[in-house]
Amino acid sequence: MGERKRMLNLRQRTIAMIIVAILFLFGMVISGFLINADKLTVNLDMKNSAPSVSHLFGTDWLGRDMLARTLKGLTLSMGVGLLAAFLSAGIALLLSLLASWNKRIDSMVTWLIDLFLSVPHIVLLILISFAFGGGFKGVVIGLAFTHWPSLTRLLRAEMLQIKSAEYVGVSHRLGKSRRWIALHHLLPHLIPQLFVGFILLFPHAILHESAITFLGFGLSTEQPAIGVILSESMRYLSTGMWWLAFFPGLSLLLMVALFDLLGRNLKKLIDPFHGQKA
Amino acid sequence: MRYKQLAIFIIRKSIKLATLLIAVSILSFTLISYSPVDPVQSYIGADMTRVSPEQREEIARYWGLNEPKVEQFLNWGKNVLQGDLGTSLLYRSSVTETILERFLASLALMGLAWVLSGLFGFLLGIIAGMKEGTWVDRLIKGYCFTLASTPAFWLGLLFLMLFSVWLGWFPIGLGSPAGVLAEDVSILEKLRHLALPALTLSIVGVANVALHTRQKLIEVLESDYVRFARAKGEHGLSLLWNHGLRNISLPAISVHFASFGELFGGAVLAEQVFSYPGLGQAVVQAGLGGDIPLLLGIVLFSTIFVFAGNLIADLLYKIIDPRIRKGEI
Repeated sequence: MGERKRMLNLRQRTIAMIIVAILFLFGMVISGFLINADKLTVNLDMKNSAPSVSHLFGTDWLGRDMLARTLKGLTLSMGVGLLAAFLSAGIALLLSLLASWNKRIDSMVTWLIDLFLSVPHIVLLILISFAFGGGFKGVVIGLAFTHWPSLTRLLRAEMLQIKSAEYVGVSHRLGKSRRWIALHHLLPHLIPQLFVGFILLFPHAILHESAITFLGFGLSTEQPAIGVILSESMRYLSTGMWWLAFFPGLSLLLMVALFDLLGRNLKKLIDPFHGQKA
Repeated sequence: MRYKQLAIFIIRKSIKLATLLIAVSILSFTLISYSPVDPVQSYIGADMTRVSPEQREEIARYWGLNEPKVEQFLNWGKNVLQGDLGTSLLYRSSVTETILERFLASLALMGLAWVLSGLFGFLLGIIAGMKEGTWVDRLIKGYCFTLASTPAFWLGLLFLMLFSVWLGWFPIGLGSPAGVLAEDVSILEKLRHLALPALTLSIVGVANVALHTRQKLIEVLESDYVRFARAKGEHGLSLLWNHGLRNISLPAISVHFASFGELFGGAVLAEQVFSYPGLGQAVVQAGLGGDIPLLLGIVLFSTIFVFAGNLIADLLYKIIDPRIRKGEI
């Protein structure tokens, strides 16, 4: 480690990590898109085969290649995560800007945050996906409505700090409207935090998506989601087909860890004051 | 004077819990009432062909499904206030009883996992904090960050494959052996069934406490009084014992109490993987089977559970920490 430190400084190492993480994630998505459908077709001659050179992750009980299914599943998870994180970040930004308006709205926003944090995530997700009858829509809306509170809390704290800054007070006394201040003083400061928060929402959203799908509330069983693959694999565990669960889960872990790494390094770069502390 | 403060504190918290529960019930009732899942349909289930439309109408009227939503909610709320959460469609018994029975099973699982992960996480956090920057610290930190990205149910599946299928050390699932009367199940058997889900939950729960403790310990070790103690020649375990432990144990305990929500979420997944008959499995079945009274009951119950955890975390700070006690309660 000592030698590497001399070669690259912290900033360079951070940027290198970001690039590596992005490359890996891109690789996952692109290979997920490039997989042609014939890899996923039923091939009963090849069923239940253990991992080998031609099927790195083995095949399932219908002879489908697990590597292809896993990559498709990861792409799907990333899509769901992207949509949900985007919606969550939108809600968080809107609420934290609203909270800057006055004391009453601020306490209402805080109350909302407390309300949504008071029910366990999984239970709330089950409830929301039940309300929407499960499926893609239910998962995305559920994830969007359960992941905003922590980010909102962060943005709100940041916003309160900026609001008490001197230049904002000067701006106010110069007769600028609150909307103008929100758009020109608060928003630009919140954007980096929002961006990092958005990336860091991904790991949570993806993990929760697969968990809720695993429980049977999320994406329908025809879709090759990781949660579906894992819950199907449970039926074959006692036959000793370990590869059905091991590799898809490991790939999911890898993707989530990469997003986490990306988020934390971006934070170091964009928001060095908070990022380098942890 | 102290009693008065305490009374005010209790009243304030009770009001908060009451408003929270009202808000959560309105929210969940609204959500459920928009669900496309037809409760009559899910109640009838497989007997669909044998139930005539008139009988369906009868069931719907008996449950009051034809009344306006607001009235349904008020009726339900009135019953809840009288302690009646309705009847579970799946288990054909009162929701209160079902929840209590299931919760006891979950409590054994969550309690064991909670204590184990707390102790283990605290220990890991201390080791990482004392050895900050060394390879040990890096290892523990890497382990914690990896854990944070690990799907809990996948970990459970791995344990199931490794310990139950491959090594055969533990049973594949359920809370007690199949085909044996509940009275005849020995404590040892129950523990054997509890071991794997508890292990899964404890391993997942370690990361949060460990990282928090590490951070706090590093802060403490950078303080002036530790520098002074070091100048006097204290180091290692005696330094930790005299100056570190008391300062880091309280935050660790309250962080651990405040993590009841995640604990519950983890339990839902672990119980599903190991088919352990706890509250988590019940909420999944209630959601999948359209058992609305049970679902609502568990939502309310889990809210109280999380609230209790946060309340204890709050109280611990106020009662134990002399710096906060001297201020206002």
